[in-house]
Amino acid sequence: MDFLRPATWDEALAAKAEHPSAVPLAGGTDVMVEINFDHRRPAYLLDLGRIRDLEEWETGERTVRLGASVPYTRIMENLRAELPGLALAAHTVASPQIRNRGGVGGNLGTASPAGDAHPALLASGAEVEAESVRGRRMIPIDDFYRGVKRNALEPDELIRAVHIPKATGPQQFSKVGTRNAMVIAVCAFGLALHPDTRTVRTGIGSAAPTPVRATAAEEFLTAALDEAGLWESGGPLPPSLAREFGQLAAGACNPIDDVRGSAAYRRHAVGVMARRTLGWTWESYRGQERSAQCA
Amino acid sequence: MRVNITVNGRPQQADDVWEGESLLYVLRERLGLPGSKNACEQGECGSCTVRLDGVPVCSCLVAAGQAEGREVVTVEGLADFAEERAGRGCAAGAPGACGTDPDTARRWQARPAPGSDAQLAPVQQAFIDAGAVQCGFCTPGLLVAADELLERTAEPSDADIREALSGNLCRCTGYEKILDAVRLAAARAAAPTAEQGA
Repeated sequence: MDFLRPATWDEALAAKAEHPSAVPLAGGTDVMVEINFDHRRPAYLLDLGRIRDLEEWETGERTVRLGASVPYTRIMENLRAELPGLALAAHTVASPQIRNRGGVGGNLGTASPAGDAHPALLASGAEVEAESVRGRRMIPIDDFYRGVKRNALEPDELIRAVHIPKATGPQQFSKVGTRNAMVIAVCAFGLALHPDTRTVRTGIGSAAPTPVRATAAEEFLTAALDEAGLWESGGPLPPSLAREFGQLAAGACNPIDDVRGSAAYRRHAVGVMARRTLGWTWESYRGQERSAQCA
Repeated sequence: MRVNITVNGRPQQADDVWEGESLLYVLRERLGLPGSKNACEQGECGSCTVRLDGVPVCSCLVAAGQAEGREVVTVEGLADFAEERAGRGCAAGAPGACGTDPDTARRWQARPAPGSDAQLAPVQQAFIDAGAVQCGFCTPGLLVAADELLERTAEPSDADIREALSGNLCRCTGYEKILDAVRLAAARAAAPTAEQGA
């Protein structure tokens, strides 16, 4: 095994071009487990730890450009206002020790259906900034997940950053597990209201071969909110509407039975989480609307 | 490969390190510092917790090469680290004079000989006084995590303590005495004179 230690991003791209089989190593919270257990013996480890700008973020007018290695702890502490859904999800990742090391780039690189960041990235409509010596491209999150632990990266590409639209409305994240810490999601659900475009986006974790959106549920809710003029009125959400939304979200799942939970349980739980997160976000939206009208 | 790390204030060098080797392995097997414990090797149990440039991490998930040129504090150096933080330590001393040298650390005994001047960090003393140590396997990781919490949050709430220690598993105590120990260390830090007077 060779340990490659590029000092700059350009060096990292050159190393990845020369050794496409090199496994990028950042927080190590996935890769080192595989090495410790002898599940993986890559010929090259590509340590990205010396490239400091991967740990930085920039808040622009419409998006946050989040460096691939920004630890979850920093996201929780610093980006709660701009990226509430991702910050909530970050807080559910494992433990403080793991959150101090792991970041969204690793979650995307591993592309496990259970990765905690995925539902929030899907719900906000993020884009992945991938780069190789051949150039840079932006991959819409909807096109990024290609199969169980497979993503859209080419062998010579590295993830440099994720561009995540700043929240324009309430966002929520919910996750099922046996305790609050150190839990791989049995299943998870992310929801973002986008009042600026009068749309709703979702993300489902750990209930299909890849992270997925509940598109039918989104379309139903977007149309129903529009039809009833609820964005304008800020009126309460009819319970039948929330129920239907939950059922459609459950229908978007394609889960398996495994040690963490059965397929039937996952489908049921996603429906419940969809209904609840919709309730929480809608109440929060109504609160904001009311205070805006009073001001 | 060769790896240079500052461990507990002292520059250390490890040779013939395998590229996939963890920082934990280097500490335990190459530098003779077995205080950080090796249990799950997957970041679940926290018994290998150390500070890496001040940040608590699972040393089993840090590749040794990633620690090149960085500062590590293990449970062996916790007492000195706490003393230095309190401003009474050897911060002003010559480089290398600070911290615990590996030979001293290797000679450490679970029960110091009578009359020895072995010093404990406040959080270590609190763990002993609160009865928070049973088999002791999880203790080093908990001490490093608890010490970092108290450094960051002088008066932690129970929720703060539970969250800070949520990545450290203990199979003996049921955690209650560990929580007591952290509360005790925080209370002593808040009222050091009252404690001495008692």
